[in-house]
Amino acid sequence: MTRSIILLTFFVAGFFQGISQNVLKPEAGNFLLKNGTLYTMDNGIYVGDLLIRNGIIEAVGTNLKPDFPIVLIDCTNKLIYPGLIDAGTRLGLSEIGSVSLTNDYSEIGDFIPQMKALTAVNPNAVAIPVTRTNGVTTVLTAPSGGRVPGTAALIDLVGYTPAQMYAGYEGIILNFPSSGRRGSWDRRTDEEVTKDAEKALNKLNELWDNMKLYANIDSTQKTQKIAAEKYLPAYQAMIPVLKGQQQLLIEVNKQEDILAALRWVKGKNLNVVLTGVSEGWRVADSIAASKIPVITGPVVALPSRAYDRYDAAYANAHRMTKAGVKVALRTNDIENVRNLPFHAGFAVAYGMSRLEALRSITIHPAEIFGVADKYGSLTKGKVANVVISSADIFEPKSRIEHLFIRGLKVPLENRQTLLYDEFINRDPNH
Amino acid sequence: MNNSIKYLLFVTGILLFQKSNSIAQKPTTGSLHIKNASILTITNGTIELSDLLVLDGKIAKIERNITPPAGVKTIDAFGMYLMPGIIDAHSHIGIDAVNEATSPVTAEVNVGEAIDPFDISIYRALAGGVTISHAMHGSANAIGGQCQTIKHRYGTFEPNDLKMEGAPRTIKFALGENPMRVHGEGNGIMPRTRMGVEQIFRNAFSEAQLYQKAWEDYKAGKTNMSPNYNLRMETLVDILKGNILIHCHSYRADEILMLMNVLKDFGIKKICFQHVNEGFKVAPELAKFGATASVFSDWWAYKFEVYYSTAYNAAILTKNGVVTSINSDSEDFIRHLYHQAAKTQRYGNLSDDEALKLITINPAKQLGIDHRVGSIEIGKDADLVLFRGHPLSVYAVPQKTIVDGIIRFDIDNDPADMRLLPSATEQFSDAYIERLKSSDRCMQDVFETLFSGEADYSQYLRYQYSIGKSHNHD
Repeated sequence: MTRSIILLTFFVAGFFQGISQNVLKPEAGNFLLKNGTLYTMDNGIYVGDLLIRNGIIEAVGTNLKPDFPIVLIDCTNKLIYPGLIDAGTRLGLSEIGSVSLTNDYSEIGDFIPQMKALTAVNPNAVAIPVTRTNGVTTVLTAPSGGRVPGTAALIDLVGYTPAQMYAGYEGIILNFPSSGRRGSWDRRTDEEVTKDAEKALNKLNELWDNMKLYANIDSTQKTQKIAAEKYLPAYQAMIPVLKGQQQLLIEVNKQEDILAALRWVKGKNLNVVLTGVSEGWRVADSIAASKIPVITGPVVALPSRAYDRYDAAYANAHRMTKAGVKVALRTNDIENVRNLPFHAGFAVAYGMSRLEALRSITIHPAEIFGVADKYGSLTKGKVANVVISSADIFEPKSRIEHLFIRGLKVPLENRQTLLYDEFINRDPNH
Repeated sequence: MNNSIKYLLFVTGILLFQKSNSIAQKPTTGSLHIKNASILTITNGTIELSDLLVLDGKIAKIERNITPPAGVKTIDAFGMYLMPGIIDAHSHIGIDAVNEATSPVTAEVNVGEAIDPFDISIYRALAGGVTISHAMHGSANAIGGQCQTIKHRYGTFEPNDLKMEGAPRTIKFALGENPMRVHGEGNGIMPRTRMGVEQIFRNAFSEAQLYQKAWEDYKAGKTNMSPNYNLRMETLVDILKGNILIHCHSYRADEILMLMNVLKDFGIKKICFQHVNEGFKVAPELAKFGATASVFSDWWAYKFEVYYSTAYNAAILTKNGVVTSINSDSEDFIRHLYHQAAKTQRYGNLSDDEALKLITINPAKQLGIDHRVGSIEIGKDADLVLFRGHPLSVYAVPQKTIVDGIIRFDIDNDPADMRLLPSATEQFSDAYIERLKSSDRCMQDVFETLFSGEADYSQYLRYQYSIGKSHNHD
């Protein structure tokens, strides 16, 4: 009787197990990736092993023999890459483009650096699993809009709270005044366009002077222990930038504006990176001379001018790299950040070496954001963001086979693969 | 010579001097010899290392070691891949206007009457291996305007030279958010819901049937006075008769089924659904009807009706027997359709042949021109593209794009500025950055049509932001 009750209990328990849906979650553990081609980024390319323990890359080398239990992942004939980094997106800040209440990247106001993208990131955005399935593990997600639209944040694509996702870097965005037209709908005369650009630059300089004044007042108040009279969060947020402690990301695209931005930055002692830079190839030497790094993209894009060669955008990153600029790539996208490896592939098709393109989506963004001690290469001690691919990760024909973010084995399923599973063989009768 | 003969000679002379402007001219054609290419025929496998001879714009011979006739240029294609010119079944390049957004039914308008041969996008499409595009009306209206299949004969100043002679007539229909947004939300007229969209079609087709009957009765002598001639009704009757192919912008599974049911009720047998992001959910129904599908490679989430999309759409449709193509709907994406097709190898495991069909013979079928183009077969038009690198590799670079046997893009002879009519005041525009956001181009011109003259730039930005086309606002 007791035995039948026990058997019955097992049976019932098993029955309920079967009913509950198999929700795939990232799994923690220690993993030995064996016998794959390692693209270390800092120690060459060779066939070897990589050991993940407690979220960190414990060892990289040949014939690793850990003395603790591991899950073995056979990587024979596979390629092992560092998790790819997209240096400019709005991922997690928008769910559906045309539904404005799902868009969180563009707040009202022209000078609002205190707006933190990190706060508004939706860790459960449907696009996040879709993105990481192609090997992108880390992205910069950035506000956009007015002159200083807010603070961008670097996030890993795993975690259930923004704080968990945070990857240790925040930078403030400055949209440098543009001297170009806004589009075919821009009905201003040429003089008006020039005048507006001048006015905007003057306004920016005024703003900058006010920021410096505020920083002085603030430090005086602190040393003399005087209470502040007003709450000015925007100016407060800029203080670390003025001190060179926080990076300023300057979005600028047109040739003349890039040169204007380089002039503007000179002598200010800021930690700066130029973003966008779609016409960077025109002034690559000037950018190289300034030693300011560049985040550019999307690579797969139209030329900026009707009289540009058709491949101007494809070759832009390479031409800047050739002139000596440190370049990182971005998709500047929301729901198709997953195409980052293909953008890199296009950069290769139009000039870049494969290794340089890989650097521009791994170690270069890590260095630019000051997190190269944790990200960007397969190096002992770094965060275990690792991607295993069946073949060249830039090629659409390849498949991502395993994915690790923060040392968690992340499932490759997402809503789009689940829709495939459900509908590939739909019975037309019901 | 007597006077009447002089008069006749004079008139004949004048007639010979006239160029007929209303009928498309016989196109200029060329002859070429391509040597030692890997030929991706699409319909007949891959021929490693073969020559191909083009005579007067047609594929004349496919065999090894061809000796070309005197005066025919030889292209050394050793190490390169030769495939049919890529066909984009959904595009808005080469036309001056896209959306006659003033009524939910505008069947009488025709983008073929607004061709812009100076559009630099045509040259750029050639640089991406695309030889034919389907220039379409936009998706503002449930029944939009007629479309025009164009060959990328870039270099001509004559708009009619771009029209592909003999290509079937096509027309644009649209379902879902776009017509609802433009007419229901924008103007307060039907359709505002998907219920209304269905009734637009039923009304239009029913009225067309009455119109058709009225004319038939008149011609049969049953009535004494002819009905009023109405070009809109004439066009709808042509659709009912099957003389105009319907291409329907659509997203949701239920609206796709709705239109197939409407077509069944009115005896229309052929339809190509465009975008059809949820087509994969009703693949068996599409296959049963014989409907075809022209889809994006991976666009989604920019509107609610594409939130539940999957990049596996093309693969699922193909595996379920639906003739599927991949389109661009973008002057950017038209330049790398070969790369978009390659994505189906990752998202759904399509073979090389299956993937290449999506941008060659399948769109040709959807445009009714597959007897002329879409594969490399003797007798077909010499619309070809030579690639360095297999076209499905991300490293592929088109080398030469040939239309009717004439090299229209040559990477070895590609100056930076390829404009036909340079503008003296060309200015860099930030809107270029905005346009990089991936979403369908089908709402082009709508804002201008609805608000021109009355609105200001910040309203324009707000509108663009509201339809997901901008991430900046003032």
